[in-house]
Amino acid sequence: MTDSNKLIIPRIPSPFKVMASKEITDLIRSWRFMLLLLLVFFTFAASMYIGVSNIRTVFNNTQDPDHAFLYLKLLTGGDGSMPPFHILLSFLAPLLGISMGFDAINTEMNAGTLTRLIAQPIYRDNILLAKIYSPIVITVTLFFSLSLLMIGSGLLITGVRIEPQEVIRIMGFTLTTVVYISFYLSLAILFSIIFRQPATSALSVLGIWLFFTVFYPMLINLAVKAFMPDPAYLTQSQLMGYNELILNILRIAPNQLYSDAATTLLMPSVRSLGPMSMEQLSGAIPAPLPVKESLMIVWPQISGMIAFSVACFALAYYLFMRREIRS
Amino acid sequence: MDPIIKLQELSKRYGSQKAVNKLSLEINRGEIFGLLGPNGAGKTTSILMMLGLTEPDSGSATVCGYDATRNPILIKRKVGYMPDHLGFYPQMTGLENLRYIARLNGLDEAIINQRTSTVLEIVGLKDAANKKTSAYSRGMKQRLGLADVLIKSPEVIILDEPTLGIDPAGVKEFLELIKRLSSQHGLTVLLSSHHLHHVQQVCDRVGIFVEGELLAQGTLTDLSRELFGNTGLETLIKLASIPKSIDHLKSTFASYSAINALDISGEVLRFHTTEDITPKIIRTIIESGEDILSVSKKEYGLDEIYQRYFEYSNSKTSKGESRHFKNIQP
Repeated sequence: MTDSNKLIIPRIPSPFKVMASKEITDLIRSWRFMLLLLLVFFTFAASMYIGVSNIRTVFNNTQDPDHAFLYLKLLTGGDGSMPPFHILLSFLAPLLGISMGFDAINTEMNAGTLTRLIAQPIYRDNILLAKIYSPIVITVTLFFSLSLLMIGSGLLITGVRIEPQEVIRIMGFTLTTVVYISFYLSLAILFSIIFRQPATSALSVLGIWLFFTVFYPMLINLAVKAFMPDPAYLTQSQLMGYNELILNILRIAPNQLYSDAATTLLMPSVRSLGPMSMEQLSGAIPAPLPVKESLMIVWPQISGMIAFSVACFALAYYLFMRREIRS
Repeated sequence: MDPIIKLQELSKRYGSQKAVNKLSLEINRGEIFGLLGPNGAGKTTSILMMLGLTEPDSGSATVCGYDATRNPILIKRKVGYMPDHLGFYPQMTGLENLRYIARLNGLDEAIINQRTSTVLEIVGLKDAANKKTSAYSRGMKQRLGLADVLIKSPEVIILDEPTLGIDPAGVKEFLELIKRLSSQHGLTVLLSSHHLHHVQQVCDRVGIFVEGELLAQGTLTDLSRELFGNTGLETLIKLASIPKSIDHLKSTFASYSAINALDISGEVLRFHTTEDITPKIIRTIIESGEDILSVSKKEYGLDEIYQRYFEYSNSKTSKGESRHFKNIQP
């Protein structure tokens, strides 16, 4: 009884914190996460290597308005032997999100641990929140440390001072990546609630990912060829209108949104994501945009991705709260 | 004293099927109550409604003084529930699984350390505590499940099919453990099962639950008296040899008004009586010069009670439907 006489009030973590820390431990220790981590790390290392080895030519290329942004060039520059890091990430990131979410609920349901869990004095939504919060914490940590690693090694290798706007751009890019992963994560969690079998939910999310990255642009191309009138008979403004329409349809795909946003953030001279007329371009000097302008351009893309993720999560939340828990 | 679990007119339907129909039940503090019924009778649904894990369509469940639909968290703090399909995180050890649940219950680390070792000691898993649960046998999982329930030092424990899938020796041990815990700590136990013998061994009272309705409840003797009161008692007496004069025995016993019928087949005498007159019968047999090998009195166990109720519910609803529990052998 001596312990209880001391005037120390023990800090008891809330059930949510307990669950989140358990989820994070499980994820970090799982094989699939290690494999994907290795994959991400190799991709990062390879693109960094190519970036560093080409940095001299890229930096001296005065034709390029962005040539002075050394750190951005480290991420995007290359000799064409390998796609730049952000393009590779637009493929890899979904896999990371899917792998962390596809079995979130159904495995627990099948194993009978979910019933045991909700028989404890906790709120049911805390389970779902912990399931989405922990992977996000991991991705945030992972990608921010990768970015810092890149900046740090760049500093070491080149000794060039980093511009504040480069920091903002790189962090913006990292944040965009995290949002993009969260979208696939919440989609995967949604499917893990809908489908009882983890394999089914994994295949369904992978199917959606494959559809958007491979088949969706192809379908749009086909549709454009079939329905669009011959460009020779169109006026300039009609043509522009069609172009805009096609781009907007393409932007339903989250990976399109992501690569648009990443490109704009990492290449400061990109000033519009849509078509521009000659009138708009005349008199424009090919020069990098200020950070604020770039952020203004990508804001619709980022908010679109956030909206997608939130919608998926809201649906998952609704389904999970109404779900009969008995197996 | 107020009952610790009080259900009033609890109903729940899934689609067109009535899972639970107007269930009213009271369970007192410190008693072991057995909810008995075939698979699909609505036992699990009733339990989930008591814990607030499923919302009833109508009626109310009050557990430990709280309404289950409104205050499930408060109830879950005081009630330990062991589900029928029990699962643990396979990548964690038994101890880690237990600690996780203890932390979710908001226990302090020092108390957790102390309590996990006590509880593991009680259920006899101390040696296996640091083994991964993926290596646990069914019986060990069941015991870990019990530890899991006890870790929050509950007032009520609800066990859904706790004897499912463990071997007879394990069942016996497990039930004894439950009985001991109940009497030592004053726990109220609600136990659901379709296994009559198991329930018979430990329960103070039983409720028979078929097709979402509670057909009967009470102590076993009450139930058998209610059902078999008219048939009376049956006493079997085995003699050392075939009686010398069967007619003499028959005529002697014919004068006893309490005996309804007497069958003699070989050395076995079967008496049907309205009251318990076994000593008198024995004395008469010995006086007539026969040697008795054994005397057995047939008491109606749950088997018979169960069977009776199924017959009852069969005849009630047998309008061309196939009854899935008709084939259940006791």
